[in-house]
Amino acid sequence: MNSRVVILLALIWFPLTAYVMFRSALGALANYLLLPAIPSVIVLYVLALRSWRESWVAIVGVSLVSFWLLMAVAAPYLPLVDPNKPLVPFLAPGGVRHGILFLLGSDMRGRDVLSRTVWGCQRVLVWGITATSVAYAVGAGCGLIAGYLGGWWDEFVSFASNVLLSFPVMVLFILVLNLLGQSGFNIIIAVTCSSAPVIMRIVRGLALDAKSRDYIQAAQTRGEHPLWIMLVELLPNVRGPIIVDASLRLGYTTVAITTLTFLGLGLQPPDPDWGLMIKEAATAALLWKYSYMMIVPALSVSSLILGINLIADGLREMSLRD
Amino acid sequence: MQIMSAQTNAAARDTPILECRNLSIAYAGRTGDVPAVVDFNLALMPGEAHGLVGESGCGKSTIALAIMQYLGRAGRVVGGRILFRGRDLLAMKGEELRSIRGGAIAMVYQEPMASLNPSMTIGAQLIEVPMYHESMERRAAAARAQMMLDRVRMADGERIMRSYPHQISGGQQQRVVIAMALLSNPALLLLDEPTTALDVTVEAGIVDLIRNISTEFGTSMLYISHNLGLVRETCDRVTVMYSGEAVEVGSVASVFRGMRHPYTRGLFASMPVPSADKNSRPLVSIPGQPPPPRARPPGCFFGPRCASFVAGRCDARPVPLSSIDASQGHASRCLRVDEIAWDAAPAPGPGNITATVGDIVLKVQELSKRFRHVTANDGLTFDARRGETVAIVGESGCGKSTFARILMGLIQANSGSIDLAGLELSKLPVTRRNANTIRSLQMIFQNPFDTLNPSHTVGSQIARVIRKLGVLRDESRVRERVLDLLDLVKLPRDFAERRPRQLSGGQKQRVGVARAFAGNPSVVVADEPLSALDMSVQAAVTELLIDIQRREGTTLLFISHDLSVVRYLSDRIVVMYLGQIMEQGRTHEVFTPPYHPYTEALLSAVPIADQRYAKRKVLLTGEIPSAANPPAGCPFSTRCPYRIVGTCDRRPPPVQEFSASHRIACHLPREELLAMQPVFEEVTQ
Repeated sequence: MNSRVVILLALIWFPLTAYVMFRSALGALANYLLLPAIPSVIVLYVLALRSWRESWVAIVGVSLVSFWLLMAVAAPYLPLVDPNKPLVPFLAPGGVRHGILFLLGSDMRGRDVLSRTVWGCQRVLVWGITATSVAYAVGAGCGLIAGYLGGWWDEFVSFASNVLLSFPVMVLFILVLNLLGQSGFNIIIAVTCSSAPVIMRIVRGLALDAKSRDYIQAAQTRGEHPLWIMLVELLPNVRGPIIVDASLRLGYTTVAITTLTFLGLGLQPPDPDWGLMIKEAATAALLWKYSYMMIVPALSVSSLILGINLIADGLREMSLRD
Repeated sequence: MQIMSAQTNAAARDTPILECRNLSIAYAGRTGDVPAVVDFNLALMPGEAHGLVGESGCGKSTIALAIMQYLGRAGRVVGGRILFRGRDLLAMKGEELRSIRGGAIAMVYQEPMASLNPSMTIGAQLIEVPMYHESMERRAAAARAQMMLDRVRMADGERIMRSYPHQISGGQQQRVVIAMALLSNPALLLLDEPTTALDVTVEAGIVDLIRNISTEFGTSMLYISHNLGLVRETCDRVTVMYSGEAVEVGSVASVFRGMRHPYTRGLFASMPVPSADKNSRPLVSIPGQPPPPRARPPGCFFGPRCASFVAGRCDARPVPLSSIDASQGHASRCLRVDEIAWDAAPAPGPGNITATVGDIVLKVQELSKRFRHVTANDGLTFDARRGETVAIVGESGCGKSTFARILMGLIQANSGSIDLAGLELSKLPVTRRNANTIRSLQMIFQNPFDTLNPSHTVGSQIARVIRKLGVLRDESRVRERVLDLLDLVKLPRDFAERRPRQLSGGQKQRVGVARAFAGNPSVVVADEPLSALDMSVQAAVTELLIDIQRREGTTLLFISHDLSVVRYLSDRIVVMYLGQIMEQGRTHEVFTPPYHPYTEALLSAVPIADQRYAKRKVLLTGEIPSAANPPAGCPFSTRCPYRIVGTCDRRPPPVQEFSASHRIACHLPREELLAMQPVFEEVTQ
């Protein structure tokens, strides 16, 4: 990954996270925060198309993900009605009322489904990626320690991860969110508890293998600090499998977060979120006439996760080819 | 089984078992086919052993895989034919091919453990072969298998039959694999580097077995190896491969005595011989490296590296194989075969001066290391002087790597001492050594593919060492020093920006050398630095080591199992077996009688390609005992041909001194040791 890509990702990522998590604290600045992110998404997409052109799977994946990323950063600037404002309930897709076109219809409280879907994308993306990153930081850190230092460190970390792994994932989520309360940050903790042990195992195995290499011995014989060896000598060499797993795991986490909101455990209303939309539409969607309220967010989740998984497949395919 | 009349039988003796005609093989790459083998011809007669030698990537294994039709999806025969007993192998499909594979043609691979099924007993795996190929009954098949184990000289066949692969040693595994290959009574046996993964004394046993296969079983063999010495010991005819082409073909005697291709001659010049050291006959390496298969030069593929290259002629058009001596089937792919003075001595290498050996810098005394039940080092005592090369020789499990790890401070000794310039190191971990000590003691590692971190550039890795060891701090000076070090190991300066995957094995090892010498060390430990390199590259790296050592006055501890390189490179030799020193002395003292019986066996196990030398064969029986359960008394007593029952297996051997520097730990009477015959003899032609 070159520095250009890193800068572009930062230009998209930090404003978007700040916007979603701390919008009220930002005040007037919030209105301009996401502007530079829009061209960044487009440039990133073009770069991805160029470097991944050998793998059509990755191209399809990156197209889907980029579309939703663009929706997320552009949401404040698109000509959309307020996603939380009740206007006309139960309007079929394509209907026009008060001079407003409801392209994807309105839900049972009269809110625009298109607007809610586009805005909802922000929350899913931000919380999903943040949670996965935190899980990775914790899991990879523990994995490196367990794999490289071994001994008691390994015993302790492996035992702790086995305890966490013994809980069914949903039970763990419900447990954490009931104990700590329902909020976006607690979702991060819940996701970390369930994902970090698995990540730790993967990284530990990779580190164990890489540890026996001569270049690690060379670093040891010149008296390098273990922290340096783990971060500079080991970590870059286990990144291949980690990147593939991270993109798959991002898909799982997105599903988990929408599932939690669907169960009423996750992000709180009224702000839109695809899981919440599916949940709220659940009763109305029993009638075929109103099923669009559920189908639209459901398809959105599926397409985003499909996109992420296709990128993962493409990355694996390309890594095997070299 | 076909019943042949006497007449067709006689005819069969004159027709080859296996014939490759103008065979060309290519692998599908992302940007089109990459030719791996070009225009390869071979005729293998019944009962003949044919060697296929060449360096890595020359296409020798690809040929074996093509014969077995195992090329996989990427590989493809793009031209020519492979005839087995006159039938086209490439046209065969399904059942017919299956009956030939493992039946009429059997193959033995490099890694015996990978060829055996770890979840089945050896017996069950052996019995399958006759049951499948000859529909034999289980009981009869078991008897056949047992008999075959006897014939590949495995004592205790019954126990082996009941064992799982992991319960027997590597040498035994390879014997089992060979037995399995021979069980179906194949007409053709393909051996792909069958001894590369084995220890030298074990290898000698397997080589002896392979040599007798064709006479004992009447099997034709195609023996693939990178080692010319092994080919000399096992084969009748040889094909030398270079970059996908056969460059020289002929009987082993005629090719090895009068090579007629510059590449073959270069290979011989880059191999040490048993009588010469670095001062009397410097090695001459082949400059450059083989071309990548995508970018082979026009005309002769060896052209860019050849001293006899003539522009406009050698690079005009593809060079055909031309016959030199029809009676020996000797042919060479060289246009200038009649113009080069083949018998002239090869151009001498850079002039050598005898290194001045100074004071003692490293003193090891009674060093011992135990891991729970395993005694890895037992009472090691030796010293090394400034500017001297001390070789530590031994096979796997002899404790040489444990010693290196203690010296480097990665593990600590239980007792004894290591004195480096007045500092006691045996119990001082590297984390507690000061920068000065770390700087003066550096290491070169075995595996060139592992020695550099694949994620960082070459330059940044060398710079890190310079900074870490506190040699220089100023950034521009560090950068300058990196470039100086690249000059020192004769690599282009722009390599600083490259990543390890863009380098060849030899180049990576050079970077490893540069890294070790970054802090002007006084002692460098080299742990088998050449064993993973190709022959022509080995010579260049060896020369480099000697050169830098002379310039810097460094003490080199050279850990190796290859006695021919040791003979060439070192001033003194320490021979280890199961954690103990068996013999130590100056190089010529170790290489001439009196020998320790183990040294004698080690020397005899060295494959010698040079036809001017004959060697006495000393074959050891049995395997290297496990270090967890060493024999009582002398550790070598279980395999020693001179064993004195009642003495050697009871009491540890006394150390006998033959000169101020030459010591042998052995129970044999002094007179008997002195009466030993030399292993190598120069043959007068």
